[in-house]
Amino acid sequence: MAEAHPVGFQWVMEAKARGATIIHVDPRFTRTSAVADLHVPFRAGTDIAFLGGLIHYVLDNELDFREYVTTFTNASEIVGEDFADADVSGIFSGYDPETGRYDPISWQMEGGVYEAPAAGQRDHWEPELREHHAAHASDTAGGAGEQAHAPAAPERDDTLQHPRCVYQVLKRHYARYTPEAVSQVCGMSVEQFLEVARAITRNSGRDRTTAWVYSVGWTHHTVGAQYIRAAAILQTLLGNMGRPGGGILALRGHASIQGSTDIPTLYDLLPGYIPMPNAHLHTDLQSFLDADAAKTGFWGHMDAYLVSLLKAWWGDAATPENDFAFDYLPRLTGNHGTYGIVRDQIDRKTYGYFLVGENPAVGHANGKMQRLGLANLEWLVVRDMQMIESASFWKDGPEIETGELRTEEIGTEVFFLPCANHTEKSGTFTNTQRLLQWRREAVHPPGDARSELHFYFHLGRRIREKLAEAHRRGTPTAEQIERDRPILDLTWDYPTFGVHSEPDPESVLAEINGFDADGNPLSSYTQMTADGSTSGGCWIYTGVYAGGVNQADRRKPGSEQDWVAAEWGWAWPANRRTLYNRASADAEGRPWSERKAYVWWDADAGRWTGHDVPDFEATKAPSYRPPEGAQYEDALAGTDAFIMQADGKAWLYAPTGLADGPMPTHYEPVESPVANLLHDQQDNPAREDIDRAWNRLNPAMSDTYPYVFLTYRLTEHHTAGGMSRFLGYLSELQPEFFCEVSPALAAERGLEHLGWATLISTRTAIEARVVVTERMKPLRIGDHVVHQIGLPYHWGSNGLSVGDPANDLLGVTMDPNVHIQESKVATCDIQPGRRPRGPALLEFVESHRRKAGVEPGGIT
Amino acid sequence: MGVRTWLGEWPMVRQATGPDPLARGAAVQSPRTRTLEARTHGADEVVKSVCPYCAVGCGQNIYVRDGRVTQIEGDPDSPVSRGRLCPKGSASTSLVTSPTRVTTVRYRRPYGTEWEDLDLDTAVDMIADRVIDARRKGWQDTDDEGRVLRRTLGFSSLGGATLDNEENYLIKKLFMALGAIQVENQARI
Amino acid sequence: MTNLFDAFTGTANSLSGPLPDPQTDAGWSDAHPKRVGFFTDTSVCIGCKACEVACKEWNLVPDDGTDASDLYRLTGMSYDNTGDLGASSWRHVAFIEDVRPHGTATPAHGGQETGFLPAGLPAVHGGGNGHTPRDAASAPPGPDPAQPGTVDLLALLPDGGAHGQQTPDDERDVRWLMSSDVCKHCTHAGCLDVCPTGALFRTEFGTVVVQDDICNGCGYCVPSCPYGVIDVRESDGGAHKCTLCYDRLGEGLEPACAKACPTNSIQFGDLDELQAAADARLAELHGRGVHEARLYGRDPDDGVGGDGAFFLLLDEPEVYGMPPDPIVTTRDLPEMWRNAALTAVGLGAALVAAFWKGGRR
Repeated sequence: MAEAHPVGFQWVMEAKARGATIIHVDPRFTRTSAVADLHVPFRAGTDIAFLGGLIHYVLDNELDFREYVTTFTNASEIVGEDFADADVSGIFSGYDPETGRYDPISWQMEGGVYEAPAAGQRDHWEPELREHHAAHASDTAGGAGEQAHAPAAPERDDTLQHPRCVYQVLKRHYARYTPEAVSQVCGMSVEQFLEVARAITRNSGRDRTTAWVYSVGWTHHTVGAQYIRAAAILQTLLGNMGRPGGGILALRGHASIQGSTDIPTLYDLLPGYIPMPNAHLHTDLQSFLDADAAKTGFWGHMDAYLVSLLKAWWGDAATPENDFAFDYLPRLTGNHGTYGIVRDQIDRKTYGYFLVGENPAVGHANGKMQRLGLANLEWLVVRDMQMIESASFWKDGPEIETGELRTEEIGTEVFFLPCANHTEKSGTFTNTQRLLQWRREAVHPPGDARSELHFYFHLGRRIREKLAEAHRRGTPTAEQIERDRPILDLTWDYPTFGVHSEPDPESVLAEINGFDADGNPLSSYTQMTADGSTSGGCWIYTGVYAGGVNQADRRKPGSEQDWVAAEWGWAWPANRRTLYNRASADAEGRPWSERKAYVWWDADAGRWTGHDVPDFEATKAPSYRPPEGAQYEDALAGTDAFIMQADGKAWLYAPTGLADGPMPTHYEPVESPVANLLHDQQDNPAREDIDRAWNRLNPAMSDTYPYVFLTYRLTEHHTAGGMSRFLGYLSELQPEFFCEVSPALAAERGLEHLGWATLISTRTAIEARVVVTERMKPLRIGDHVVHQIGLPYHWGSNGLSVGDPANDLLGVTMDPNVHIQESKVATCDIQPGRRPRGPALLEFVESHRRKAGVEPGGIT
Repeated sequence: MGVRTWLGEWPMVRQATGPDPLARGAAVQSPRTRTLEARTHGADEVVKSVCPYCAVGCGQNIYVRDGRVTQIEGDPDSPVSRGRLCPKGSASTSLVTSPTRVTTVRYRRPYGTEWEDLDLDTAVDMIADRVIDARRKGWQDTDDEGRVLRRTLGFSSLGGATLDNEENYLIKKLFMALGAIQVENQARI
Repeated sequence: MTNLFDAFTGTANSLSGPLPDPQTDAGWSDAHPKRVGFFTDTSVCIGCKACEVACKEWNLVPDDGTDASDLYRLTGMSYDNTGDLGASSWRHVAFIEDVRPHGTATPAHGGQETGFLPAGLPAVHGGGNGHTPRDAASAPPGPDPAQPGTVDLLALLPDGGAHGQQTPDDERDVRWLMSSDVCKHCTHAGCLDVCPTGALFRTEFGTVVVQDDICNGCGYCVPSCPYGVIDVRESDGGAHKCTLCYDRLGEGLEPACAKACPTNSIQFGDLDELQAAADARLAELHGRGVHEARLYGRDPDDGVGGDGAFFLLLDEPEVYGMPPDPIVTTRDLPEMWRNAALTAVGLGAALVAAFWKGGRR
């Protein structure tokens, strides 16, 4: 955190000054370790073993915050008899080895109705499986007759003794994750592990909370989503969710990466985490809602959120008669994540590409794959401030040097369009705490530089004009008319200002916020309706323009506010700063302790109050119990703090929603130097691969690629370097690409400090300066000494400070839930000296592949 | 400047007659030093902003003079950052005034070996034509089994994590209306 | 001429030893502002180098490096690629990777008494006896660390918990010290005392600043600095160093480095208040058992009369590349001058006039 989020780290240092204990668990000794009370080095890719060990420690010693657990979680619910745990094999029930996919039907609760996961099913399962699920859902609903929409209460045992209650299932699942096992798998001492275990359990409970902070390297694993799940289970058991000083804090790395997830430039989502419709399941609005909207909890109102979105996009063309233009939305049929798109580029199945403030030729795993994709496009639009490698690949990319690609043979037409920077446009960023902050334009962009708002507004305007003109002039077929209806009916008339006709960003923010039937800005998503009388582009952002005032532009100085600082910017949803904060009070609504009071029930006033906006219905009493047949939020009790869940509970065991198991399980990274000591299954059986010559994977436990490497950022640079390598003041501070190795590895391989090293994988070989440091520690895993090599990934060929891209060394293999690549752990070889140049590099890499028994690779 | 004044400015005189006999302080302060002021002093405007690097969301004050950014510093009002910035945030002035920043359209024709100039308006018009063409080529009304798809796989987009919410909103809205499902950003990475 | 005479003969006592008010000594009226300075608490430095960048951005200091070819080269000194203070590096963050035999390091810097040994040091306490917090009132609630469950887990091990997974390399503990160095703005500043042109002067804030319009680049100041701070920049021929953001101070702004510093390692303020804060911080750390903590440049009786920019260090100054006992290079001047005081007056005046002319070239 000190490395990549130094200013956020001031709060950690302040907590430390007030007595907090800082523990840093990281394969490397970093700037964070330097000021932590305890640094626990361990082997990259073994976090679930570590977290599972902590869960085991908590359960085995019954150190969970029992009252919290029984009040707010599904610990007491009974898992169905069909469920079989992963146990020794490492594979749960429902796995199909032929498809490599799970059918999670057997994971369901006993007596429970099959429910959609909180934010819909997205694309987790193959169409056949999804249909199976839809059928199952309607079967159970049908069987229940009038009770179809009632929250079917699963069987439960509040004593937590039933052998199939979640608590016991969890305890059995993690029984193997003993301190000794953790020590063996992770390469930390038993004592170190127990030190952490004692610290977090000692520091959790009524009067104390523990926070877990991860940077998104946790997502860069084939089991990334389960890493987060494991932390969530631990934090829930310890009663650290929804409470001040608790939580799991994801430190994201781009100014508005949270915003770009909320208002998603992501293929599988619509704004506000509404899933994209699927061709197989969602033939109309009702079938979409049936399959994806929970019937209870706040997701029960998905119809209002979605209809309001459709009204924002298609205005008067969205009517009750045409399902509010639901049919205008394109449909998914499977995974269209970024790596699949690049594969399709290479296969010439897709022709054009917009790169907007993103430099995949350096910043994404398997750079060769990325550049090969770019080279097979018909046209490419790059919008950036500097001449990044993804724009100049046809001229100076590594494949030009090796002769794999020739400039004269690359047909990609490239438009480099300069963009405005953050001082040259107004708008909101959403930071990693869900806080929207408005920036005001300070100066005009120079030359041809324009904001993205300008570019996309005017691009859309031109496309609409051209299509409308074509319709006017020609005789469009019925298919053409139907095809173009969504774009021609689109509401696309933002007011503009200035010489360049810049669209007014505040008018866009107002549309995102939404309007009521009279055209007044909505103040809360609870005002949204499914009858088409309200509009709103992103329901979770509703309220950011309440009263016609830009709430994201609120700037009451922090020094004039309390510690929650609720009047600075605006946080979604409803300006709540801590999610699920009803859990900061006990079942009766009393603070767990005076010291940890945050939100509580004021019986006299008959409402929730506190330091933050309650993330709960303001007047729902703690004693409220849903009547028979209640729906939506009415179906949640006054103790159901996790209001976005259909059952209002924190799930220690997830019967649905995950593609690779209801409980996190340790699997080795795909490229691991050792065998899985905890389960027979070596790696995630449900992971996703792209099996191509340009994406070979190193075999596990390979002698050819014996060393672990991990990639990361340095404080002095930013991601793929487009905003740092071109600046002198930053480049001089970390001027060259380097690899960090331990003295032992340096001795083993003859590496000299400040000399050159060549790192080799099945993808390619890259060179880096060698930094020998005691901060890198070899670990003993069984009888195997594992060396780990650190690689900052900021470099490319352009800019002031240049070097080989570390990400070129990586292959692509993905988490099945979110299709994110395993880029924080892989294997390689390392040799002293510089890498071969030109075609010799290809033969060098191929010779290693041959030695490792890997099929020929590269560009074929 | 009168003779007396001029003499009075002469450091030797100031040194010999004043309280600074070793000429180490007030006596040797140069006229320029005496009129020194902070670069931000004459700013036309101090504009409230947010750092463009990571997702902490540190507050920034942008000092503007004559339509140019003269300095970017942390905003002490921000309860997020309390006026502090990391090295990247502190380099924001360099970022926005970088001499290597590209400010004109660059165009590489298919199989071309060099960049060429291109008028911005022409470029956007050409891109609009290519979007329409790729959309048509990649269009899918239905899948093999006749299910409605109403989409195109003709083109895709990557990026958004560095953009404003309003910008992402327009991208998503436009792409959905065009039937283009392949929209992705750094959040997948 | 009495003033001058007193000064040269040391009567004014302004070339060494404690000096409570260097501004008045430098001729500023009694209404001058209080002396300001930096207190750099290295125990909370995270080595982010925001100070280096913020300084360069504000002061428009060029990229460092003696020539372009090593401008973008690693130095090999841990994460320090600045190397040292110089004409184009007015802040310099040193990184010291300190390796010690396992178990010999002193407790973690700045940490609370938490039951932990320092960073990188796994506590060895076989049998599972947890540490008891020193202050019972601050003892976190939770399970008794010595409860049976904990003990049992350890007892299961054949070697009672001493068993670990580390290779022999892990028998050594790593400490990573970081410290942002800067011009000390000495009470008795050698650079200032030898400057023949009056380019270097003491400001009304008690800081020491080079006036670029006066400096002729003679370089006398360079060897006179006991810390090796000031240097002449090849590109413009002038001597440069930290000005403590003199242009900002006049407008009530804090120096750029201190303002940016994310963890408040660099503190700016009135020197007397900083000294009090530093003393309190030192006592706090000593109270926590961080006996290695010490102040550097705090003592007005040291060889430079105390620094305007002083430090809390976690090891010997030499470890950070700082001289252990800096002495102002002009300390012995009064002794020399006393012998030839009368002639010196006339000669000195002539010399000053000559250099002054030189400065106007």
